[in-house]
Amino acid sequence: MPDPQVTAELAYKHGLSPEEWERVLSILGRTPTYPELGIFSVMWSEHCSYKSSRVHLKRFPTGGPQVLQGPGENAGVVDIGDGWAVCFKMESHNHPSYIEPYQGAATGVGGILRDVFTMGARPIANLNALFFGRPDHPKTAHLVKGVVAGIGDYGNCIGVPTVGGQVMFHPSYDGNILVNAFTLGLLRADGIFRGYASGVGNPVLYVGSKTGRDGIHGATMASAEFSEATEEKRPTVQVGDPFTEKLLLEACLELMAEDVIVGIQDMGAAGLTSSSFEMAGRSGSGIRFELDKVPMREKGMTPYELLLSESQERMLIVAQRGKENRVREIFSKWGLDAAEIGAVTDTGRAEIFWHGERVVDMPVGPVSDQAPLYKRPMEEPAGFRSRKSVPLPALKKADQGRALLTLMGSPNLCSKRWVYTQYDQSVRTNTVLGPGADAALIRIKGTTKAVAMTTDVNPRFCKLDPFEGGRLAVAEAARNIACVGAKPLAITDCLNFGNPERPEVMWEFSRAVDGISEACLALNTPVVSGNVSFYNETNGEGIHPTPTIGMVGLLDDVARRMDPWFKDEGDLVVVLGETKGHLGGSEYLWAIHGMEAGAPPPLDLQRETALIGLLQELAAKGLAKSVHDCSEGGLAVCAAECGLAPRRTLGAHLELESAGLDAAALLFGEDASRALVTCASIHQEGLLAAARQAGIQAKAVGAAGGDRLRISVDGQPSVDVPMAEIRDAWENGLGSVVG
Amino acid sequence: MKVGVVVFPGSNCDHDALEWSSRLLGLPTEEIWYQDRDLRGVDLVILPGGFSYGDYLRCGAMAARAPIMDEVVAHARRGGLVIGICNGFQVLCEVGLLPGALLRNRSLTFLCQDVYLRVETTGSPWTSAMRRGEILRVPIAHGDGNYFCDPETLHRLLGEDRVAFRYVSPGGTLDPEWNVNGSLDAIAGILSEKKNVLGMMPHPERASEDMVGSTDGLGIFKSVMGALCG
Repeated sequence: MPDPQVTAELAYKHGLSPEEWERVLSILGRTPTYPELGIFSVMWSEHCSYKSSRVHLKRFPTGGPQVLQGPGENAGVVDIGDGWAVCFKMESHNHPSYIEPYQGAATGVGGILRDVFTMGARPIANLNALFFGRPDHPKTAHLVKGVVAGIGDYGNCIGVPTVGGQVMFHPSYDGNILVNAFTLGLLRADGIFRGYASGVGNPVLYVGSKTGRDGIHGATMASAEFSEATEEKRPTVQVGDPFTEKLLLEACLELMAEDVIVGIQDMGAAGLTSSSFEMAGRSGSGIRFELDKVPMREKGMTPYELLLSESQERMLIVAQRGKENRVREIFSKWGLDAAEIGAVTDTGRAEIFWHGERVVDMPVGPVSDQAPLYKRPMEEPAGFRSRKSVPLPALKKADQGRALLTLMGSPNLCSKRWVYTQYDQSVRTNTVLGPGADAALIRIKGTTKAVAMTTDVNPRFCKLDPFEGGRLAVAEAARNIACVGAKPLAITDCLNFGNPERPEVMWEFSRAVDGISEACLALNTPVVSGNVSFYNETNGEGIHPTPTIGMVGLLDDVARRMDPWFKDEGDLVVVLGETKGHLGGSEYLWAIHGMEAGAPPPLDLQRETALIGLLQELAAKGLAKSVHDCSEGGLAVCAAECGLAPRRTLGAHLELESAGLDAAALLFGEDASRALVTCASIHQEGLLAAARQAGIQAKAVGAAGGDRLRISVDGQPSVDVPMAEIRDAWENGLGSVVG
Repeated sequence: MKVGVVVFPGSNCDHDALEWSSRLLGLPTEEIWYQDRDLRGVDLVILPGGFSYGDYLRCGAMAARAPIMDEVVAHARRGGLVIGICNGFQVLCEVGLLPGALLRNRSLTFLCQDVYLRVETTGSPWTSAMRRGEILRVPIAHGDGNYFCDPETLHRLLGEDRVAFRYVSPGGTLDPEWNVNGSLDAIAGILSEKKNVLGMMPHPERASEDMVGSTDGLGIFKSVMGALCG
C-alpha cells in the first residue's frame, strides 16, 4: 500500500496544530514524507516533548553534591558512598492501563525497568502508586485486578521485588486511573551509561525483541483526552514480555561490564524514533540507518510503522566500531537479536533508508530539542477560595471508636495485603522492610548501608491547594524516609494532571511545581528524574492534581533501622510535633462526613526539617523502639497502625489533652510534621532532650500494651476498641472493592 | 563439598541460591549454564527459582528439556544431591525426578507471603539436622505451587516417608486456611525414593538471615552439610 498523501488535514489528524504544521514546513523547507510526519507527530506530542510543562519544570531544583545524573537522561543517579550509586525514576502508564489494565500496567513496569538498567544499574526494587475510581464504580474491581496482576506478573517474572507504594480510591479517577511505576537500581558511581550517539562511524545496533505493529501512536494517545470512543484505542496498548526483558537485562549488564558501549537507550514511547533522535540530539551528531535491517515480527511492515511501533523490550546501542561482534556474541548467548542497522554521522541529520530509498531526511536538533514550547494560559479555578473556607460540620456527637473502625476499614487506609501478596517482595534477599512500613528498606550487600524509598502524595490536599499539596507531598515523603532512620537524598516525580489546554489545570500544575520546588529546596532533595502525564480527563472531567513524589534516602548502618510497630508492653508512647486539629481535606472528613473541603494543614518547612533530623538522630542513637509517621487519619489511626505488626497485635493506652480542640479534630486531624514514637522508659529523658534540642515539641502520652486501643481526652474515655476488631476491619477493608 | 547453581534463561533466584551456599554457608559454589553438558564435579545441584522460559509453555517444562538436565538426572540417579526450589521443584516434576505436578494456586493469583512449614521427616539428608514436627517460617513466591498427584502416588509418598514439609498454622496444625495455595495433603516439599532429591515450593534461601526476616531456612543446608561431611 502506498503512503498516503501528506496534507495539512493529515497533519492535524496526527495531533499537530496549524502552527506546528507551519513549523514543520519551515524546518524542512518542503512537505514532509509520511514517515517524517509520523516522526514530528510523536516527537512533538505532549508525552515526548513536554511542550506544555518544560517552562515550569525549569523551576525544579536539580543539583546537589549527591547528584551524579539529573533530569534529561533515562533516569537520575544519586551517590550513596563507598563507590556505589542508585539510579531511579518513576513513570506513568495511565492511559494504557485504563484501556487494557493488565498489559498497560505490565508494560509500565517493563518500561521503567528498562529506563533504569539502560543506565548501567541492576534494578533491585520496584514501587508503584495506583489511583483508582470510587470503590463501587462498576469498572473499579476489574481495573484493580488487572493492574495488580499486570504489575505483579511483570516484576515477579523478571525477578525484581515490589516493595511498596500506595493505593488510593477517589471518584476523580473514575474515568482515568493512574499507574505510576518506580524502579531503583544499583550501580557503581563510575559506571553510568548514557544515551549518546557519538563518534562518527560508530555502529548503531538494534537489540532485543523484534518489532511488531503494537503500540503505534501510544505516545500520541497519551497526549489527548479520553472520550466514549477511547476503548477503540486498545490496539495502541503494547504487549509485555517480561521473559524477554529478563534476557535483555542480563545481556545488557553483561555487555556493560566490558568496554564496548558508547551509548545506550531504551526504545520506550515513540520507539525507534525517540531513541535515535534523542541519542543523536544529546551528542549533537547525526544518525543514518536502514529500516529494512530492523528485526521484524510481521510481514509487510512499512517504514512509518517501524518508526512508530512501541513494541516492548528493545534497546538502541551505539557501540565502538570494531566491537559490534562482541555485542552480537553476548546477545546471541541470551537468545536475542542484535542487528547493526546504521551508523553515527556528523551531518546533524537523521537519514533513514528503506531498501535503499531515502524515506526520512531531516535535521535532528529542531525535532529532538527545539520542539514547540508553550506558555499556556493559567487561571485560578472558580471556587478555589470558597472550597478552602467551607465551614466544617458539627463533629461533637460522633462515636470516635466507631469512626476509627470506619477509617481503618476504609479502602484508602485499610491493609493493602491483597495487593502486595501478588507481588514478589523478597526475591534478591535484600528486603529489610517491605510493604506496610513507612518506607521500604533495601540493604546493599557487601556494605552496612540500606536504601530507603517511598511514594507519597495526597491528591485531596492538591485539589484544595496545589501549592500546599505539592509541599506536603515532598514533606511526607521525606518524613517517611526519616521514620526508618534514613536521610532523604533526592526525588523523582510523576506529575499527573488534566488537560493543560484548560487554564485552571495549567494553574494547578504550575502551583504544584512551585510547592514541590520549595519543599525540595528546604529539605535538600533535588529532583533528578520524572515525568509529566497530562490529559488525564474523560469527557471534560479532569482528575485531582496528583504530583506523585518518589523519594529515596540512605541509611548508613542498616542495624540502626526503625520500623513503625510497637515492641513491648509498657513502652512509652511519645507524640512528636504539634497537634492543632487540622481537618481540612482529611480522610476523616471524606470517610465519615463525605466531605472534601477546607484548607490542607499548614506546613512549616523549617520545623519539618528539624523533625526529619530528629528522627534520624533517634534511630542512630537507639533512643526509640518504633517510629511512625502521623498523617492520613491522624493520631488515632497512627496509633492503631503501630499496633498492627505483621505477626503481632499490641494495643496502647493514651491520654490526650484537648487544649480546647474538638475530640474528632484532636484524634483525626492531619497536622503535618508529626510522628508517633515509642521508647523504653530508661530512654525517656534522652528522647525528650533530643527533641528539645531539635526544637520539636514532644509529649509522652501513654504506653503500649494490652489488647485494646484506649484513648482518653481530658480524662474522658473517647476511644476504647479491641485491637482484634481494628485488625479485622483493617485486613478486610479491600474486600468491599475486590470481593 | 562443592555446589552448582543451574542458570536457565529466566531463572531469577540464581543469585540468591549462590549467596545462600557461598556467603552464608561458606561452600565453594559456581553457576552452571543450562546449555552446558558438564556438572564440573559438583556434589550438590541447586535448581533455583524464577521463571525459566517465562513459564510460557508450562512451568518448568522447557527447562526440563535443557541440555544440562541430562547431567542433572544422571547425577540424581547416581544418588547425587539435587534440590529444586520453587521453579526448580516444577522442573524436577517435569523431568520426572519427582512425581506429581504443581497446579495454579487455589486463589488463582500469585502469592508472596510467609508460610509455616512443619518438618515431616528427619529421614533424609535434607532434614536430618532438624526435629520432626519443627516449625519453620519461610516465604513463598509463586503462582503455580498447588501440589497435586494421583491417589496411588500420594499413597506411595506417605508410605515411603517422602513428604518433607507440609503447610501448617503457626501453631503447627494442619489448617486449610494456612495451606494457602491449596496443595494436596498440604504438601510443600517432597523427596525422591532415595531421598537424595528434594523439591519444595517455599524459598529457604530467602529465610537465612535475621535482617531479611527469618533464619529458619538454614536448617536444610546444615542438614546436608552434616550428611555429606559427617
